[in-house]
Amino acid sequence: MTKVTMKINGKEVSGEVEGRTLLATFLREDLHMTGTHIGCDTSQCGACVVHVNGKAVKSCTMFAAEAEGADVATIEGQANADGSLNVIQQAFQDHHGLQCGFCTPGMVMSAAALLKENPKPTESEVRAYLEGNICRCTGYHNIVKAIMAASGQDVSAIAAE
Amino acid sequence: MPKDSGIGASTKRREDVRFLTGNGKYTDDINIYGQTYVHFVRADVAHATINSIDTSTAESMPGVLKVFTGADFEAVGGLPCGWQVTDRHGEPMQEPKHPIIAHGKIRHVGEIVAAVVAESLTQARDAGEAIEMDLSELPAVIDMKNAVAGGTKVHDELSGNLCYDWGFVEENKGAVDEAIKNAAHVTTLELVNNRLVANPMEPRVAVGEYDQSDDMHTLHTTSQNPHVIRLLMGAFVLGIPEHKLRVVAPDVGGGFGTKIFHYAEEAFCTFAAKAVKRPVKWTSTRSEAFMSDAHGRDHVTKIELALDADNNFTAVRTETYANMGAYLSTFAPSVPTWLHGTLMAGNYKTPAIYVNVKAVFTNTVPVDAYRGAGRPEATFQLERVIDQAARELGVDPIALRRQNFVTEFPYATPVAVEYDTGDYEATMAKLEEIADVGGFAARRAESEKNGKLRGLGVNCYIEACGIAPSNLVGQLGARAGLYDAATVRVNATGSISVMVGAHSHGQGHETSFPQVISEMIGIPEDQIDIVHGDTSKIPFGMGTYGSRSLAVCGSAMVRAAEKVINKAKKIAAHLLEASDADIELKDGTFSVAGTDKSVAWGEVTLAAYVPHNYPLEDIEPGLEETAFYDPANFTYPAGAYACEVELDPETGKVTIESFSAADDFGNVINPMIVSGQVHGGIAQGVGQALLENCSYDEDGQLISASYMDYAMPRADDLPFYSVDHSCQTPCTHNPLGVKGCGEAGAIGSPPSVVNAVLDAINSGGKKVAHIDMPLTPHRVWSAMNNA
Amino acid sequence: MYAFDIERPKSVADAVAALGTEDAMPLGGGQTLIPTLKQRLASPAKLVSLTGVEEMVGVSTDHGMLRIGGATTHATVAAEAASSFPGLAGLASHIGDPAVRNRGTIGGSLANNDPAACYPAAALGTGATIITSNREIAADDYFEGMFTTALHEGEVITAVSFPIPEKANYQKFLQPASRFALVGVFVAKYSDGVRVAVTGASNNGVFRWEEAEAALSADFSADAISGLSVSADDMISDLHGDAAYRAHLVKVMTGRAVTAAA
Repeated sequence: MTKVTMKINGKEVSGEVEGRTLLATFLREDLHMTGTHIGCDTSQCGACVVHVNGKAVKSCTMFAAEAEGADVATIEGQANADGSLNVIQQAFQDHHGLQCGFCTPGMVMSAAALLKENPKPTESEVRAYLEGNICRCTGYHNIVKAIMAASGQDVSAIAAE
Repeated sequence: MPKDSGIGASTKRREDVRFLTGNGKYTDDINIYGQTYVHFVRADVAHATINSIDTSTAESMPGVLKVFTGADFEAVGGLPCGWQVTDRHGEPMQEPKHPIIAHGKIRHVGEIVAAVVAESLTQARDAGEAIEMDLSELPAVIDMKNAVAGGTKVHDELSGNLCYDWGFVEENKGAVDEAIKNAAHVTTLELVNNRLVANPMEPRVAVGEYDQSDDMHTLHTTSQNPHVIRLLMGAFVLGIPEHKLRVVAPDVGGGFGTKIFHYAEEAFCTFAAKAVKRPVKWTSTRSEAFMSDAHGRDHVTKIELALDADNNFTAVRTETYANMGAYLSTFAPSVPTWLHGTLMAGNYKTPAIYVNVKAVFTNTVPVDAYRGAGRPEATFQLERVIDQAARELGVDPIALRRQNFVTEFPYATPVAVEYDTGDYEATMAKLEEIADVGGFAARRAESEKNGKLRGLGVNCYIEACGIAPSNLVGQLGARAGLYDAATVRVNATGSISVMVGAHSHGQGHETSFPQVISEMIGIPEDQIDIVHGDTSKIPFGMGTYGSRSLAVCGSAMVRAAEKVINKAKKIAAHLLEASDADIELKDGTFSVAGTDKSVAWGEVTLAAYVPHNYPLEDIEPGLEETAFYDPANFTYPAGAYACEVELDPETGKVTIESFSAADDFGNVINPMIVSGQVHGGIAQGVGQALLENCSYDEDGQLISASYMDYAMPRADDLPFYSVDHSCQTPCTHNPLGVKGCGEAGAIGSPPSVVNAVLDAINSGGKKVAHIDMPLTPHRVWSAMNNA
Repeated sequence: MYAFDIERPKSVADAVAALGTEDAMPLGGGQTLIPTLKQRLASPAKLVSLTGVEEMVGVSTDHGMLRIGGATTHATVAAEAASSFPGLAGLASHIGDPAVRNRGTIGGSLANNDPAACYPAAALGTGATIITSNREIAADDYFEGMFTTALHEGEVITAVSFPIPEKANYQKFLQPASRFALVGVFVAKYSDGVRVAVTGASNNGVFRWEEAEAALSADFSADAISGLSVSADDMISDLHGDAAYRAHLVKVMTGRAVTAAA
């Protein structure tokens, strides 16, 4: 066991981990931050996406020890300071961008990373960026729409209901 | 003006807030003090005799509490099958025992052979690797037609690998044969409905608990129907009476059918928790899910469509081989029969129909209901053969469909069901509008300029939802009733908790069900909460599947609310010193007709719990009512779908350019949620048509056993959809006039995708009648190359 | 996963030293290795993480060569090589998905040499030099078949040096499930000739299509290869495409890469 220390959603956190402890496992099992989900074991579904030093990564495909000293952001830290939904989260609710909610944390974290890199993405840029985030419920329509809306684009022409 | 609350409003989902902030409570998020972990050792061969299993090393390894094998479950019942099908000759289907842990024989890759319970998951897994097995491998039974031809048996105690040979309607057979013989034209297609894996994004999880102090068992599980699990596991597997067994299904990350069934892992964790006197947790990996979640579809069909000289359909005859896998999963036998044969009339007035289904045991994972269940298989073959007939006859495929539409309702089909209502012309006309069918030729010309082929595919669909009238399904072999239940509990200050038997795992019941109650009573939606997913909190329920939640459980909720309102009116009448017949309820206020006397909802509810001024001689205090609702008929959502594709002839790659859906779901409670359901269904249908394929090799190895080989639809595989549900012929027999919308997209979309690709290919001059799904670039390119 | 220790050296020397112990394995971005470990298909006693070795991170150009540190992520290559070597940046920007590109490294990809990975096509298609902790290896000598390379145990790819071509393009035809290359073709045009390298297609891993190189060296246009055909012998046949289809795609993707580059 080795000690790791990292900042999670702005708060310094320490824990004892094995070499094989994944960042996702550290979050879920050790810190009881269960918003980050695990939907596959081949690094494809993206339910586990968090940000490490500002970059979207799959927390199921990174060891906790590798996050030593890092700044980690998870879904639990995304809401506004007053607890209200942030712009992306609010757009997901406004445009019905989630159903069962399981892929949603990863979707929101990927969307946040996308909009940081590309503040006004086109539809095809959004779709391309979501290559590593699988949703089985929504057919992606409302996710793509929500992300475009969150970027401040007018989505009223996109079929609503 | 769109409404902003109640029935018909696109109310934003309240459950989203917890999901969007990481506060959902899924089964894997549950950790119980003292919890242990189970690792299942699963078969890596498809078919073998187990000569011996040596667990001695494993048992002595660090952290191991106990190692279980099939022998530990000898006294325990097998996993039950909930539906008995009777074959063409009046004989019951063959029904083998479905053990919790393989005993004596392994029958599919992924079957549980041993289970290790340990302090940690890694310790359990380490010990699992130390279990030694002496197996004698047997030839794997994989191909269905070979399986029924004889040779190796999956179950030695059965007469062969045929589960049943079902004919429907057997009395129609002679007339159908005759009609086909005398037809002006017969179109025949042989096709495969590809095996799929449902793949909800949340893998299955089970946590078993046992409390010695009150002999109480609790199972937390990823289920669409906790009461059904309690019934099946308690009564048939472990022998635990209902009052000593609680089943909790908290937030569930998608189901799509595969979380209906009672699984071995649920029974194991419940059983083992008592055996080791500690909670036992199992979390499936995705790799385990591929070889232990029930699969879907997997039909091989020959369909013949007969037409007269005027292109009227005169008969349909089908022969289907339906894969059951190695064992009968909970509802498996009903899928290729009652959920498939009964829909073979489609939207058409074909007078003579005969359906034959041979269900077959193979050394593969059990196959059961997956979104649509039987109805996608029926729709696919019918809508493919109609398209091919149109091509052979040189007629417009939309016109051919129109000409044969059922136009008068109610309509009794030759396959035993009665459509209560519908308007297939209306949905087709709406489809032509939203898909801009008229503009297709210009779009095709544009694609061709760029060296691409373009195709337009259309199909209709009908489904039977709102499952189901209990007396009818009882006659058909169901071993359960299919009603549902709801309790409306009005609190003293007027807020309401509604306990519902339906389970929400993405459908948004927590938002849409209160819209109904809000509409009925006239209080704000946020005064109403839905409670679901816990047998200790809800009187009873049959759960969510078959697009039934609103049509069946919603109807129970309406009935319970009506009882509440009737009682509240009596209380109001007392308070207003009027006759209860004169009391009206509107916008949360009771008033006496024709007067300005009124009393608010909250005053009445308070009186019910503080009955100082109350008609105690006539009615009891309190305001809580339960209703069970058993539907009078199925509901029949129907519609018309169109897909437009572009095809790269050099590579065979198909791109979905547009997808349009015109559905008739009857009345709609929350249009936003309904559209979302259709979107998701379309994506799964497009996935089946173009991407997804669960494939076994001849040795029974699953070769698409992860997302590396099983192609899940991703955002860039799909376009924005155009969906419409403005054509509404309300269901005639349930109080809300609703039909159900959960499965339509998955049922209605595969044929239009395939029809579109074939349209594209044929437009390029290649004569290709059919390509089996999924239409991967390789398959399309090969078909074009061989044409 | 089996138990192992993780070391995070700060220098190549320390990494090499750490890898000198028994059953030690280098860990790049882990995007392939970690899923492999989850399946318990590897059992190292120690993983030596290379992502903290700063001297192995970065993209630079010098005298017509683009040098990429072995621990540089795909995302960094996609961003920082965009102006100097757009063909390579384009390839890097389509490996895996955004989150994978933020972790996965060029050194990890080349050391693993997955037969459907993208970077091997670029390395072979440019005649790059693989620079390791103790030598330099020409790409033509480096790839030895699927998952096999000239690397010795404990040897670390510290950098890769690419001769920057006049024109280049990579075309990837996706395997629809994994999104790896069903067939990927990297075409690079230099003043002294054209190189064509193919990934995803062959049972022998990445390979050069020399017939096409000759034809394209004479005439750098898609038409130049129209008369050629690719043999299906040794091509991979699987669920996603048989040998004949892959052979066909090699030609189609080569033509498209040439057109896109030209």
